[in-house]
Amino acid sequence: MEATGAEIVVRCLAEEGVEFVFGYPGGAVLNIYDEIFKQNKFKHVLVRHEQAAVHAADAYARATGRVGVALVTSGPGVTNAVTGIATAYMDSIPIVVVTGQVPTAAIGLDAFQEVDTVGITRPCVKHNFLVKDVKDLAVTMKKAFIIAATGRPGPVVVDVPKDVTAHLTEFEYPAAVEMRSYNPVIKGHSGQLKRAVQMLLEAKRPMIYTGGGVVLGDASAQLAELTRLLGFPVTNTLMGLGGYPATDRQNLGMPGMHGTYEANMAMQHCDVLLAIGARFDDRVIGNPAHFAREQRRIIHIDIDPSSISKRVRVDVPIVGDVQNVLADMLALLKQAKEKPEAAALNAWWTQIELWRSKNCLNYNRNSPIIKPQYVVEKLWDVTRGDAYITSDVGQHQMWAAQYYKFDQPRRWINSGGLGTMGVGLPYAMGVQLAHPEAQVACITGESSIQMNIQELSTCKQYRIPVKVVMLNNRYMGMVRQWQEFFYGSRYAESYMESLPDFVKLAESYGHIGMRIDKPEDVEAALREAFSPALKERMVFMDFQTDQTENVFPMVEGGKGLSEMILAEEL
Amino acid sequence: MRHIISLLMENEAGALSRVAGLFSARAYNIESLTVAPTEDSTLSRMTIVTVGSEEVIEQITKQLNKLVDVIKVMDLTEGRHIERELMLVKVKATGTGREEMKRTADIFRGRIIDVTDATYTIELTGTGSKLDAFLEAIDPAFIIETVRTGASGIGRGERSLKA
Repeated sequence: MEATGAEIVVRCLAEEGVEFVFGYPGGAVLNIYDEIFKQNKFKHVLVRHEQAAVHAADAYARATGRVGVALVTSGPGVTNAVTGIATAYMDSIPIVVVTGQVPTAAIGLDAFQEVDTVGITRPCVKHNFLVKDVKDLAVTMKKAFIIAATGRPGPVVVDVPKDVTAHLTEFEYPAAVEMRSYNPVIKGHSGQLKRAVQMLLEAKRPMIYTGGGVVLGDASAQLAELTRLLGFPVTNTLMGLGGYPATDRQNLGMPGMHGTYEANMAMQHCDVLLAIGARFDDRVIGNPAHFAREQRRIIHIDIDPSSISKRVRVDVPIVGDVQNVLADMLALLKQAKEKPEAAALNAWWTQIELWRSKNCLNYNRNSPIIKPQYVVEKLWDVTRGDAYITSDVGQHQMWAAQYYKFDQPRRWINSGGLGTMGVGLPYAMGVQLAHPEAQVACITGESSIQMNIQELSTCKQYRIPVKVVMLNNRYMGMVRQWQEFFYGSRYAESYMESLPDFVKLAESYGHIGMRIDKPEDVEAALREAFSPALKERMVFMDFQTDQTENVFPMVEGGKGLSEMILAEEL
Repeated sequence: MRHIISLLMENEAGALSRVAGLFSARAYNIESLTVAPTEDSTLSRMTIVTVGSEEVIEQITKQLNKLVDVIKVMDLTEGRHIERELMLVKVKATGTGREEMKRTADIFRGRIIDVTDATYTIELTGTGSKLDAFLEAIDPAFIIETVRTGASGIGRGERSLKA
């Protein structure tokens, strides 16, 4: 049957089982919007800024494991979307972004609302396409979904000129597409697997270090089985939180710049490190030269060969899908006659418990001013640790990561790689739409939230009942912290003046606003916000928190993992 | 160390910019880059000459392989290979210098492919260092213009890069 390009775009999305398209119309995509108007296979969510459309699609993908979809117009629609695309790229999130383009005959002539979309997005996508012929459209859409979701996932942009959306062709959605240049490795190399297992069994001071790959690769069950079978300590990075239950004894908490003392010390002093779906990021291992001072053997499992031996040389590289590789590793471990040496492992755990006894996440629980950590702890209590938590970027993000104990994967949604302020609210929208019955909280700060505050309007239109937990310290807190530590307390432009009355602002959009000034009111406010009576309502909580609170422990940029500043030392 | 990387990729619009963009974004060196379609017009073959430590070259190879349009990557310098570069040099050729220029070109097995009463245009192929040697052998004052293609390379014997 013949169809126009616009119909093809819409029908391809329906064929892919897309539930939501987050977008914003404009000239170049009007044909597509006209087809969206005529269909009922998926729901379009109208955001208030294209950046938010991509963030919401990204969060939908993070929370479900399915491909998120955004649709924006040419020119400024694309440039606004770029921050969202780059955010998804840095965290390897599968999304497809369909962008309108000026008609093919106008490309290159500086037409109204023209940008070189493929050129602008090239460094921050897994792949992109410009579809110049309507006959290529359906197969390109199929390729886009395959490329986004397989291998190391990532964003794919499909740029569609307006005339292509009007042209007619025969439409048939291909069931599969062959790409000779694209074949991600799935199975781990059997020889390397055997070497890895042998190394694990010989370990005296082992450590398991896992990242976003375990979450994205849906390998939590395999990780839990492996970790318990071996009895080894484990740490989940910022991107990997929930990969292994945070409330379990074997979990030492997050590693890195604001990681726990015990996790960082164990990373530094282990003799065998099993890295799974993690990339030895600068915020995780600090200075690689300092990290290399201790002798340790490293096994690294990753779907992306270029992540292996990039910042740190490894001894046993294993390229493959983490779920697959861990399953193979488990089978080998179960066959093995040897067991890890119990006495050595016990001694190692004794050392770890000594580090843990420093209680590095302790803070002043008797403060007359609201401590931000306290709000996060209470949020965990009130939601019984079962909420989806999105965050923005800064101090509140680190407190959320440290104090909300994630026991399940895909519950923690944040911009780890790019560190994009403003993601929190649109992330919460994407998560809540994906899981309408779930409790969804956006932990944010008064600076970050203002970067996409316009989305309160989207929440109103679609009755998205997310709960905003704003830790308001009237500062760009992380900037303030660095200025205090490294710039002689010269707080250049980090004070947030002229803040709105957030309660009234929320109310003006038809939401519920709350302002909480005292520690004794924190729990009651949270209980009310998450009460059945307000289940259908968006609640915006403005917690007035301690302005001078800092995030600890802290590894300064360029320092080594074991060179932490602890709260008690100040 | 200097490496010659050969790659096969889909012959599609923007393919070159993906490779060039990768090198600039990740701060890798490019000494030269040549690209043209192969006998199969759906494929482009590229030869990139780059310089870097073993770690950097390993990353370059991996990052190139990661590009969705790239089909195969081979570091030619890892095995026996042949490399050739083409250079066209336009030189002043007058008076006694004219005969001397012809002799030097012959020694380097260059061919004179364009002649006027005042100039020769000489075509030379060889490794980069041979072309350098030719330029050093003639008086720089005689050089009007040079153009070089950058190196192309191929594996020796059975060693080949096929889709």
